[in-house]
Amino acid sequence: METLESLLAEHPFFKELDPRYITLIADCASEASFKAGDFIFREGDPATHFWLIRQGKVSLEIFAPGRGPIMIETLSDGDVMGWSWIVEPYRKQYDGRALELTRTLVFDARCIRGKCETEPKLGYELFKRFAQIFGERLQATRMRLLDLYGVHS
Amino acid sequence: MVFIVKPEIMEQTVVDPMLPQPYRVQRVRKETCDTFTLELEPAPHPLSGAQRGAAGGMRFAPGQFSMLYHFGIGEVPISISGDPSEPNRLIHTVRAVGAVTKALCKAKQGTILGVRGPFGSHWPVEEAAGNDIVIVAGGIGLAPLRPALYHLLAHRGQYGRIVLLYGARRPQDLLYRRELEHWRGRFDLEVEVTVDAARPDEWRGHVGVVTTLVSRASFDTRHTTALICGPEIMMRFTILELEKVGVPDNQLFLSMERNMKCAIGFCGHCQYGPTFICKDGPVFRYDCLKEIFGKREI
Repeated sequence: METLESLLAEHPFFKELDPRYITLIADCASEASFKAGDFIFREGDPATHFWLIRQGKVSLEIFAPGRGPIMIETLSDGDVMGWSWIVEPYRKQYDGRALELTRTLVFDARCIRGKCETEPKLGYELFKRFAQIFGERLQATRMRLLDLYGVHS
Repeated sequence: MVFIVKPEIMEQTVVDPMLPQPYRVQRVRKETCDTFTLELEPAPHPLSGAQRGAAGGMRFAPGQFSMLYHFGIGEVPISISGDPSEPNRLIHTVRAVGAVTKALCKAKQGTILGVRGPFGSHWPVEEAAGNDIVIVAGGIGLAPLRPALYHLLAHRGQYGRIVLLYGARRPQDLLYRRELEHWRGRFDLEVEVTVDAARPDEWRGHVGVVTTLVSRASFDTRHTTALICGPEIMMRFTILELEKVGVPDNQLFLSMERNMKCAIGFCGHCQYGPTFICKDGPVFRYDCLKEIFGKREI
């Protein structure tokens, strides 16, 4: 039978994480599913949670007056969703909407921050993993800023 | 290492490489707002009435290019984007960005164009037999890769997994949309398409840069040949991603683009370090270019 701990250990984000830390983190985790079209979070919401996507697809959207919602990124199996919980003021900056049935592991941000305060090694381990995500998303954003496929003289 | 052009293809090229042959536009298909696919067929020579070549077509290898001449306007290098097993249908996908390409995109059925070629090196589709194949295309970079995909699918049993990763700016900028949908429906081909941004009501696929698809795809990294074509920056980051997952440098192939003029290595316009893109490329094995690739001085 799949336990929460085994689901966490299987997820690529927690690959090779010390099992002791998996047990600690599991205290703050639960499962959550979303139907296609469900908003998982909205821009401006307090960033009280983050998610690991086990299965499904989520779009990060921003609403532009006069243009409607614009999808800026999609996240799917194996991805981490949400990092605003790490940095103040802990506010969501985009809408997150399920594009299909999406199964996630959801984490209570306050609980995780508490664990990180009491177990700095766990905190460092988590921050290294999130830093990797920040780096990848920053690089992807910069590539899009270059407008690679546009016509340049 | 530079790929040697197949002798039978070279033979056609060297007969008179600077003399354009007349081809008639048979069909024009609008792909996107600024990109058109031209289907050409050999036309009789206006003076002698002779047809080009014994078979009346142009045999080419996937990845090669032609010089298309719009009479009175100019000549540009354009990748061949058709099926190499159908030499009588010479197909090019052209994006209207300059005077010549804008004129080419306005060509109508029956317009006579001059064609020189085929020129250059080709994708290593035969050498890659036995491997998994990952094709990474960005924007109009899918055009020179389409002949390789036709070849791979026509010889499907010779390869392991075949993965096509394709990125474009917006959903309406995707090339060959109908074919993409057909390819996605195949059980023996993995196709992942992404766009840089989209509205939720117009697109249900991935949103993000094409490089993010690499780590999601499943292939045997140590036995994979990767074919990459797109803007140079996109190729640089794609190579980083492929290296990160373990694909060796000598299994990465990319198609380079420079200012090709004569197409036979005489004029020097397309010199890139010690090579000429037109003659030694456009397809290069990455480890042969690694030292100069991405260097701003070159």
